[in-house]
Amino acid sequence: MSGKKENSMLEIKGLCASVEGTTILRGIDLDVKAGEVHAIMGPNGSGKSTLANVLAGREDYSVDAGTVQYNGIDLLELSADERACEGIFLAFQYPVSIPGISNAYFLRTALNAVRRYRDESEVDPVDFLELVRSKMDLVGMDEKLLHRAVNDGFSGGEKKRNEILQMAVLDPKLAILDETDSGLDIDALRIVAEGVNALRKEERSIVVVTHYQRLLDYIVPDHVHVLSDGKIARSGDKSLALELEKEGYSWLQADDAKAGNNA
Amino acid sequence: MTEAEELKKIADREYEFGFVTDVESDSLPPGLDESTIRQISSRKDEPEWLLEYRLKAYRHWLTMEDPSWPKVERNAIDYQQIIYYSAPKPKKVLDSLDEVDPELIETFEKLGISLDEQKRLSGVAVDAVFDSVSVATTFSDKLAEMGIIFGSFSGAVKEHPDLVRKYMGSVVPYTDNFFAALNAAVFTDGSFCYIPPGVKCPMELSTYFRINAAGTGQFERTLIIADEKSTVSYLEGCTAPMRDENQLHAAVVELVALEDATIKYSTVQNWYPGDADGVGGIYNFVTKRGICKGARSKISWTQVETGSAVTWKYPSCVLLGDDSVGEFYSVALTNNMQQADTGTKMVHIGKRTSSTIVSKGISAGRGQNTYRGLVDVKKGATNARNFSQCDSMLLGDRCGAHTFPYIEVRNSTAKVEHEATTSKIGEDQIFYCNQRGISTEDAVSMIVNGFCKEVFSELPMEFAVEAQKLLAVSLEGSVG
Ligand SMILES: Nc1ncnc2c1ncn2[C@@H]1O[C@H](COP(=O)(O)OP(=O)(O)OP(=O)(O)O)[C@@H](O)[C@H]1O
Ligand SMILES: [Mg+2]
Repeated sequence: MSGKKENSMLEIKGLCASVEGTTILRGIDLDVKAGEVHAIMGPNGSGKSTLANVLAGREDYSVDAGTVQYNGIDLLELSADERACEGIFLAFQYPVSIPGISNAYFLRTALNAVRRYRDESEVDPVDFLELVRSKMDLVGMDEKLLHRAVNDGFSGGEKKRNEILQMAVLDPKLAILDETDSGLDIDALRIVAEGVNALRKEERSIVVVTHYQRLLDYIVPDHVHVLSDGKIARSGDKSLALELEKEGYSWLQADDAKAGNNA
Repeated sequence: MTEAEELKKIADREYEFGFVTDVESDSLPPGLDESTIRQISSRKDEPEWLLEYRLKAYRHWLTMEDPSWPKVERNAIDYQQIIYYSAPKPKKVLDSLDEVDPELIETFEKLGISLDEQKRLSGVAVDAVFDSVSVATTFSDKLAEMGIIFGSFSGAVKEHPDLVRKYMGSVVPYTDNFFAALNAAVFTDGSFCYIPPGVKCPMELSTYFRINAAGTGQFERTLIIADEKSTVSYLEGCTAPMRDENQLHAAVVELVALEDATIKYSTVQNWYPGDADGVGGIYNFVTKRGICKGARSKISWTQVETGSAVTWKYPSCVLLGDDSVGEFYSVALTNNMQQADTGTKMVHIGKRTSSTIVSKGISAGRGQNTYRGLVDVKKGATNARNFSQCDSMLLGDRCGAHTFPYIEVRNSTAKVEHEATTSKIGEDQIFYCNQRGISTEDAVSMIVNGFCKEVFSELPMEFAVEAQKLLAVSLEGSVG
């Protein structure tokens, strides 16, 4: 990709994390530079969402070892909302619904929280509506969804589009998209991917978690990593995704066997 | 901040309105017997019939027992320790705000409800009850031009004795319950309002109550009469300073709606709730009832209850007139050691009467929140309708929510629907908000406000904003 910079946006070293006493991440190393797109693939249960949640600061995951530098600051020191205000955005694999709060109100509250943190003035409802409308075109979302409660009764695809809409409005520096492609129909996949591509820029890094090479046809990654059993088993370029599409993950077990690694 | 820490912080919040005004007051010594009642009556220069009424109520009260049926725990009240009369010593009769004790005005200003401000900015007529005597009534002249009577209860006893005599006790007789009997015996003041036929009251009528002198029980009485085809919206707000002992507040509110009349009664109640360990706080035992006397009349209660150590309160509607309508919209929040047992009674007597009940209970800390409601459809209430919705929200796992919906139907054409839900603010919801940059504190208050939306939308605009802020303060532990 052009416009790549050498400075790191996100630098993960030896990250180990557990939930309720079970170790899930077993030493992750990952270096994401500004403007890069990284894809993370890997079998179900390998720890992809866990990694995403740990980076976003979810409380019930405990970080047992390792460091995470984000634009030169110690990310692990920050609370979840501070991380968000610092420009980290997570598009959830399973977005939760919040009954009683309109999508528009929620998003404006979020935007203003982020703006306050950055010492910027708050956006009034009229300007907000203008902003959000322009972004809705980007992801092809129906305006009706703005006035419904957050994700409440949204279809799977609508939820995913809503995540990307939020990303577009909040303008993050580092976006982590956790299986944003699953649940989308073929047209929606293309629209959302185009939306994400439109949001690609030099100062923004994107980490996409996906099971499908198809998404990577649209959002072409600079690096592809395979997560297995809480570790990065292989890294490569876009061709690694194509290889996985053909071969599946059976080679992982073969590798394990080779290493004499069994339970 | 974790949810647990957040809830702890919420539990640690301090009461914003805890200060005492040092105004010379003219009080009776504590204690209650017939001579106390005679003294109250004579200090207030009351007519003989009212003294007789008080004494009858008192004698009846002596035969009654302090109730223990609500789902609350509280200290026994020593009725001989209560001061039943305390009036700020007026130097002369007060005609305008300028003559009111400046310190009193300052108190109101601390409360953010300066009468002056109220007058200038909002066009709300305020009848302020400071301890037990009305000290300032505004806008009365303007309202008087339309034939609307709005002022202190004592004033109405003197100036409109026929109206008072006709309606006082007609909705809540002194035999109704223990606290109604006590109130009828010892009430000192309150508000009175009469809207003549066909008049639409042009402004929200508002009363701010405030309990001040130490150990003074507040027993006010409110009577609102909406004559045929008239409309009125009445706002009641209250604040009490911080005290260690439990103070009793036993008010009576009576509403009468004649044919085609509409009364909307809104309350925001934030009496002192006691400290985090449950020491002190107001016992709020209020009897509120309205009667839809005429056909097509309507009474609508909206309440936001965030204060008091213990609240028992069941604003009710007797739907006597055919096609009359009763409504009850309630938000009750209990935090720390607060207990609320609140709800409504809808008594359907007339044909095609309909009622709506929307109750939202929020429990935090070790708060206990009970909804207790009765839908009573009498034999003649052909085609009566009721819809009830009772939702509870729990914050943390040391609090409780309870729902007791009683339904009695004696007419087979009646249609009664009841829905109830209980929800918890999930950690995943909080995390979702956090991940979008919203702090846990703001997320909790946003979700709670969303939960209460249906009730807030029933409040007059300025009140809705106030209620929302109050809820946020009650939850956040910081003044925002
Ligand atoms: N709260 C929890 N308690 C116990 N185990 C958990 C918890 N959360 C995650 N896990 C376990 O951690 C492992 C990794 O889960 P994770 O959601 O990160 O996988 P994933 O790679 O995102 O899988 P998928 O492709 O299916 O989304 C799984 O075995 C999962 O069951
Ligand atoms: Mg996952």
